[in-house]
Amino acid sequence: MTAPNHNWRQFKSVLMQVSTFVCAILVVTPLVLVFYHLIKLGFSSINLAFFTQLPKAVGESGGGMGNAIAGTFILLGQAAVIGVPVGVLGGVFLSEYGTSKLNWWIRFAADILNGVPSITWGIVVYALMVVPMHGFSALAGGVVLGLMMIPLVMRTTEEVLQLVPGGYREAALALGISQWKTIVQIVLRTAMKGIVTGVLLALARVAGETAPLLFTAFGNRYWAHKLTEPIAALPLQIFNYAISPYDDWHRQAWAGALVLLLLVLFINIGVRFFTRDRFGRRTK
Amino acid sequence: MPDHAENHFGDRAFKWLTLLMALSIFVLIALIGYELAVGSKLSLQKFGWHFLVSSNWDPVNDEFGALPFIFGTLVSSAIALVIAVPISIATAVYLTELAPQWLRQPLIMFIELLAAVPSVILGLWGIFVMVPFLRDHFFPLLQKYLGFLPIFKGPIYGVSMMAGGIIVAIMIIPIITSVSREILRSVPGLQREAAYALGATRWEVTRIAVLSYAKKGLFGAVILGLGRALGETMAVTMVIGNSPQIVKSLFAPGYTLASVIANEFSEATGDTYLSALFEIGLVLLGVTIIVNAAAQLLLKTFAGPGVKPQH
Repeated sequence: MTAPNHNWRQFKSVLMQVSTFVCAILVVTPLVLVFYHLIKLGFSSINLAFFTQLPKAVGESGGGMGNAIAGTFILLGQAAVIGVPVGVLGGVFLSEYGTSKLNWWIRFAADILNGVPSITWGIVVYALMVVPMHGFSALAGGVVLGLMMIPLVMRTTEEVLQLVPGGYREAALALGISQWKTIVQIVLRTAMKGIVTGVLLALARVAGETAPLLFTAFGNRYWAHKLTEPIAALPLQIFNYAISPYDDWHRQAWAGALVLLLLVLFINIGVRFFTRDRFGRRTK
Repeated sequence: MPDHAENHFGDRAFKWLTLLMALSIFVLIALIGYELAVGSKLSLQKFGWHFLVSSNWDPVNDEFGALPFIFGTLVSSAIALVIAVPISIATAVYLTELAPQWLRQPLIMFIELLAAVPSVILGLWGIFVMVPFLRDHFFPLLQKYLGFLPIFKGPIYGVSMMAGGIIVAIMIIPIITSVSREILRSVPGLQREAAYALGATRWEVTRIAVLSYAKKGLFGAVILGLGRALGETMAVTMVIGNSPQIVKSLFAPGYTLASVIANEFSEATGDTYLSALFEIGLVLLGVTIIVNAAAQLLLKTFAGPGVKPQH
């Protein structure tokens, strides 16, 4: 056809390239801004005391979030004890045993479970553990995070196991090794890196969860000595400080948020370098 | 021989163990539904269906209706979708079709990192950075030029339905973008080549061959984003203002299903109050399960087993 029409079409094509590029920039802007403000407002409050001391009372400056940082790691440890074995073994079933119809339903259910709002997990575990045990506890906090990890770990484990070449299994079986030993000693070991990655990403995800901890771990201004006591956690502390009216606490909230974000991003970026796997693909 | 028998037993035991673990998914879903139903029994009996249409939330007189929260959840999610859908899909298109190769991986990494930012941190940033900015600069601007619309009328507080919607948009953009990207990547190259062969420009190839082919999958990605938006809790709670009212203005504070649980659950005195909050949880669970199931079905039927929905 005629040249002007062609020019208009080319122009439109370039215009769309530019506008989609602008959208991509818009998408990454909040991350940059959040990071900038966290460093600007939080960095100055981070010192040794921040990691080792208890929060100070209102009006006293200084103090730290030592108990919240320790609490987060204690909660994550408990979560791993629940989420990892159940998730990994479930993933083994999906990859190694399941029939395609049953697998379809399990995957479907796992994806739905992933979409359940975390706040509803919180009230479920409240009814399940806090009410019978007559009090908020670190244990309940660990359980809620652990349960949330299960579908995440299960799905990534399944994916990673399917990357293990079938020849490995056949070779082992041909040598007379029983199937379960083949799975444990050959398949799982081969895929270990990917499984660890999946677990770390799941931990990074639940590490920032606040809503399910509100009515389970509850938070604590002091060190928790028993798992049956309420325990502080970094995200909870950030939330409580952020909605408080005190400037000192706001500063602490920024510092806590910076520490939490660095922890989460460190895991996320770390696994990226760690997991260029032996099949040349990046496992997610 | 004994060894053989033992292995046989080991095989069966291991298989059953893994089956049990895999089935725990169904147990967990049933458990959530059951606990919420038991918890909300009192409220279900007392208010019945009226709970969903009453806007009377009065803990002092033990009267509870969820309508303001349902309204707030729907409105903030709608705002989030209006903002997030075009931006996310455009970004996914840019990443798969139009961006230069060297820029793709860094951008993808940034978007995945944004998805990993905890909700409470976005909320903190929302309270102290985003809301003041919106209040002092963006909202007055909107009101000046679009103030004739009822949704942009009224006093500006900062914390508002609109602020809640924007923060939710920031949270669901990475999800919609990365699922859309997977969808677009699964469009066969032949589709594109055929369009190029007909003399189409780059954008025409994208529009005719890629986007119209991927329509169903992209719809699935959007619905998945909606599912997340409905259940988003902390960031919204921190910027939406937490006031149970139904008003036209988007500059007025609102309240959502998830945030009323977050704010009031640990202070709820009285069995009916607690039970009403459980029922709100039940409503939230029901809605998100339906929405997520729809999203998964759309994505699964579009993509077949090759493409996995992301989280």
